[in-house]
Amino acid sequence: MKFEQASPPNPIDQERVVTRPFTRIEGPLKVSGQAPYAYEYGLPEAPTYGFVLGAGIAHGRVTRIDTTQAEAAPGVLLVLTHENMPAQARSDTPVPQQREASPQLSGPEIRHYHQAVAFVVAETFEQARAAANLIEVEYEVTPGQFTLADTVDSGKEPKDAVDSVVGDFESAFADAAATVDLTFTTPDQSQAPMEPHATIAQWDGDQLTVHTAHQVVHWVRRGLALTLNVPQKDVRVVAAFIGGGFGTKLLFFSDAVLSAAAARLLGRPVKTTLHRPLIFNNTSHRAATIQRVRLGADPDGTLHAVGHDTWTGNLPGGDSEPACEQTKYLYGGEHRQIRTRQSELDLPPGASMRAPGEAVGMLALEGAMDELAEKLGLDPVELRLRNDVQFDPEKGPKRPFSSRRLAAALRTGAKAFGWDDRPRAPRERQDGEWYVGYGVASAFRTNLVMPSGATVRLNPGGTLTVETQMTDIGTGSYTVLAQVAAEMLGLDLNQVEVKLGDSDFPQASGSGGSWGANSSSAGVYAACDELRRDLAQKAGYQSANAVFRGGKVWQGAECTELSELAGKGGVEATARMTYGDLTEQFMQAGFGAHFVEVGVNAHTGEVRVRRALSVVAAGRILNPVTARSQCLGGMTMGIGSALMEALHVDHDLGLFVNHDLGEYHVPVHADIPDLDVLFLDELDDQSSPLRAKGVGELGISGVGAAVANAVYNASGVRVRDFPITLDKILAGWDD
Amino acid sequence: MTQSPQAPSGADLPRLPVTLSVNGETHELTIDPRVTLLDTLREHLHLTGTKKGCDHGQCGACTVLLDGQRVLSCLTLAVMHDGQSVTTVEGLGTPDHLHPLQDAFVRHDGYQCGYCTPGQLCSSVGTLDEIARGVPSHVTADLDAVTFSAEELRERLSGNICRCAAYPNIIAAVTEVHAAGDGA
Repeated sequence: MKFEQASPPNPIDQERVVTRPFTRIEGPLKVSGQAPYAYEYGLPEAPTYGFVLGAGIAHGRVTRIDTTQAEAAPGVLLVLTHENMPAQARSDTPVPQQREASPQLSGPEIRHYHQAVAFVVAETFEQARAAANLIEVEYEVTPGQFTLADTVDSGKEPKDAVDSVVGDFESAFADAAATVDLTFTTPDQSQAPMEPHATIAQWDGDQLTVHTAHQVVHWVRRGLALTLNVPQKDVRVVAAFIGGGFGTKLLFFSDAVLSAAAARLLGRPVKTTLHRPLIFNNTSHRAATIQRVRLGADPDGTLHAVGHDTWTGNLPGGDSEPACEQTKYLYGGEHRQIRTRQSELDLPPGASMRAPGEAVGMLALEGAMDELAEKLGLDPVELRLRNDVQFDPEKGPKRPFSSRRLAAALRTGAKAFGWDDRPRAPRERQDGEWYVGYGVASAFRTNLVMPSGATVRLNPGGTLTVETQMTDIGTGSYTVLAQVAAEMLGLDLNQVEVKLGDSDFPQASGSGGSWGANSSSAGVYAACDELRRDLAQKAGYQSANAVFRGGKVWQGAECTELSELAGKGGVEATARMTYGDLTEQFMQAGFGAHFVEVGVNAHTGEVRVRRALSVVAAGRILNPVTARSQCLGGMTMGIGSALMEALHVDHDLGLFVNHDLGEYHVPVHADIPDLDVLFLDELDDQSSPLRAKGVGELGISGVGAAVANAVYNASGVRVRDFPITLDKILAGWDD
Repeated sequence: MTQSPQAPSGADLPRLPVTLSVNGETHELTIDPRVTLLDTLREHLHLTGTKKGCDHGQCGACTVLLDGQRVLSCLTLAVMHDGQSVTTVEGLGTPDHLHPLQDAFVRHDGYQCGYCTPGQLCSSVGTLDEIARGVPSHVTADLDAVTFSAEELRERLSGNICRCAAYPNIIAAVTEVHAAGDGA
């Protein structure tokens, strides 16, 4: 099935099951510890345990590696290094890939700190860990470039974030009545999902099965097969439960590659989890940015010049952190200059983390809007309303937004939050020893769609089974897909079983870029659509007139039980949803508005978030329970990005020094008050038959800026060097 | 530069006997003394409900109840607990017979990916008991009058990180169970 024109009315529009606040169908398994994650599968034979040793330098080469003691240690079965690693495919880049070959232990060169230099397999975890510490490695260290600020002149236009230049920005900016010209910096950040990257690999002859923590099953299947030089059909991937991903599990790392290679050599299953202190430098992170935002407006706030430059870095061949992207679409203005420049760094690999681009780009753009509003003496909400635009500002009215309720989100949020009651000037309001401030920011995230397939089977007895490679990384896929199938076939939710995350099932979108719920639901929709036609035909009805309701298919007053049509063998259909060019014809994005109240301690500069509200317009909300939780997660990670999250670079040694959860600070219970989320009614006819858009990343995009703007409103200090820690506020008060 | 051996010799270590009562069932084990309580549960008793998030006491995913009190099972060795009783998430309830807190987590969506959830649950059970016993926390104003509040919960559960950030829903779930008086 191909989605290539605005969706006509369809059975989802009944909203009998979809849009209802069902709790997670897999919930009882998760809360009782019965849901198996990658490392937890029982095996027919005793497993062996892998342990990865990471490099102790950031840049150079291994000159000698002595594994003698490790190999002689009790229980040790195998020690792999670049000297004895079985043949693998080559890669042009040291950055692990989503779906291309990503070799490990491929040579003596060290390209980043904690890159795998050895892999020990032993009978027990304790033996493997102890033996890894017996390996002696000698390195030749060569100078590396670890400082983004020193590389900005060498940056090049990346292929994943092309320039958007319209009109004559420099003249318009020079002529503008009111301008801001501001530089922001955002640090490297870590996805830090609670489940470490983990894999169990086992071979049966030439057939490899990997249970692994990954967001997109067919990507890791392809990438692993290419890496190991085996046909994809010989690789089965299972990822039924994943303990969070936030982008880092879009790639595959040493746990997967080395477990698979070692299991083949040993003829035994190998299970490996990356230990937490390794993850921050060994896997991926969100790269730091330097951003310059220049805005030029009329006295009434109308923007004429919109400039945003981002500098970011990565290892050669890595993606950019495209922090300018939202600036291409969020506000009008006829003169535009939006550019990303990427330089080469020898830090660990940068890659996707929740809302690549927007999550940190909005910190800059929405901070600049707040400063412009202050300069103009305008309400920051009003400034945003005056620059709302219903089409892609670069392409013009010929490319409208498919749906855009930014203005409604700002107005609804302002009213619900009590924005009119905000302090009008910094340090105007005090509550005990706390200065109180309010902040606002827009929310924006591009809507992406991906091809996705599923099999649906009407079982004898009339229940339905859905099978798809789709993953559930906490996003609610199990529940949402059950709702979609139940809606389509006229069943109750408890009559639908959903099986996910197995490469034996039809290929699916996987989870990433907020495309998961909408895209995988569309795949289930397509399969159900086909099954409906087959069943109507079996019942002798015109499929166009058939109505599925109450476990029956109806034509007028006539009906047939689905259990009767299922017969003894059941009836199944497999289909796939693909897409035409509606994302080209229409700019598709989710919108919203974030409102935050903070307290800044008058003595210590400590910032506490007191309350926060996100208003979200993301098309049809398929399940308000799981969608709200996605927003809570985004808001919290946004608060983290504003106030605490930062990987600190050792600029001499080239590593992230705070590589554990004690020193890489993420928000904990005590940091997060009760949070509010409001969903606006919206149906996006151009996105899919579900009329839904992405939610999970919209929730983070802009939150941090609302926090920063509130900090200014409370304290009078503008901190543009994220995160906003108390030392920076105290320094601002000293000035 | 040289990355040198860090451990003492790899000489084989004697295995030691230990008897643990886990979720009411007695297990007599002979075990490598380096095995944490966490890995004893997960790798030896195949009770994988208790999660390994960091393996060094920074995330809380491995929280279990040891003789009724919450502990980080990654920071203690199995051989240190001969004769003691452990309750894991599997011992709180099963999918068909959920503990009131497990049930409240489902109804309030007090989780997303589910990986920190067993730790949040065991920690919540321990926390409610600590408050009932009058054990104060950093945010307790009057050390002689420990009372339940959302602020107390947030403080006491802060050792249990949830990167999906179901925090508000977890607080709502635990608060409801406390109000109903069946959190033990």
